[in-house]
Amino acid sequence: MDLGIVRDVVIEDDKIEIIITPTYSGCPAMDAISMNIRLELISHGYTNIKITSVLSPAWTTEWMSETGKEKLRTYGIAPPNARQQFCNDVFAADETVQCPKCNSSQTSKISEFGSTACKSLYQCRDCLEPFDYFKCH
Amino acid sequence: MNPLLAYTLFLGDSTLILSQRNSEWCGHGPILEQDIAITNISLDLLGQARNFYTYAASLKGDGSTEDSLAYMRTEREFMNPLIVELERGDWARTILRQFFFSQYQQLLFEQLKDLPDEQLAAIAEKSLKEVNYHVRWSSEWVIRLGDGTKESKQRITTAIFELYSYTGELFEPASYEVALVATGVAVDPSTLKEEWMENVKKVFDRATLELPEPIFMQKGGKQGIHTEQLGFLLAELQYLQRVYPGSEW
Repeated sequence: MDLGIVRDVVIEDDKIEIIITPTYSGCPAMDAISMNIRLELISHGYTNIKITSVLSPAWTTEWMSETGKEKLRTYGIAPPNARQQFCNDVFAADETVQCPKCNSSQTSKISEFGSTACKSLYQCRDCLEPFDYFKCH
Repeated sequence: MNPLLAYTLFLGDSTLILSQRNSEWCGHGPILEQDIAITNISLDLLGQARNFYTYAASLKGDGSTEDSLAYMRTEREFMNPLIVELERGDWARTILRQFFFSQYQQLLFEQLKDLPDEQLAAIAEKSLKEVNYHVRWSSEWVIRLGDGTKESKQRITTAIFELYSYTGELFEPASYEVALVATGVAVDPSTLKEEWMENVKKVFDRATLELPEPIFMQKGGKQGIHTEQLGFLLAELQYLQRVYPGSEW
């Protein structure tokens, strides 16, 4: 819910359907996410469970809740900027990203792609911490 | 074959084969961060291929799955353009191929997302967000290599010489595209060419590179006629399912 992956829940008698959407087309976590939703529902007594994946409207980081962003920050991942500074014509225009450890804005991008497709790699020039930034999408 | 099925397979094959080629860099990238970047792009392309294949399997309706479409078809049944199957070559060639293809995909998906087939439109809308990052990343690299050292410039110039004749096919409609354009379901690829040239030229200008003069263009892949290189790629990609059909993790 916090990441905006769960789009809808439909309950009909004893049936429950959860509508989810992938963050990225190739996100390898989607199978694990479906499985965890299923296990969680089973532990709450549901047996007639359907999990449906939809592509449209396409997931966007704007659907992340403030709680979700705070959880990312606590974990050490810089959450997506509220407003994306991404622009196709300006190749070298890096996003200004706040360091999740010391809150400094003196950070620089190391790589457009980080440990997963949804993140890029930054380093803080003040505390020197390398960190992941959850890209605007 | 039903044109919508052929078109969906063509879209899936194009992304699967390029994904497989790029994934060959896993563990061999020039530096760790770029190794991660090219394999992340592979993953995006693989995800796109899975979405196209899942849709194609439902259109086929004969029990086919995304896996059977990827693993159990032969070369002549693949409809990817030739440019994505060519050997990866050096880093410059990999970058340039990704750049040419991402620029094409961006224009293609911008139109496809507004066309009436809901599933194709949804996949295009989803994929476009990823492709925008691929365009940016590959453009930055084209500039870095073109406007870099004597050697990097020489390598990317060689890549342009080797790959340019494979770009024409992207914009030449295959029979299934012609059939679907008539009913407004597919993008007419010939309408993308001019803007593609402009976008490529913008980056080439910054990279101090020149677009070649118009030359003879290779074609065939979109109709199932491939280079020898696709066979070797499929042999590796399909090996496990051919030897142990239906095996699972």
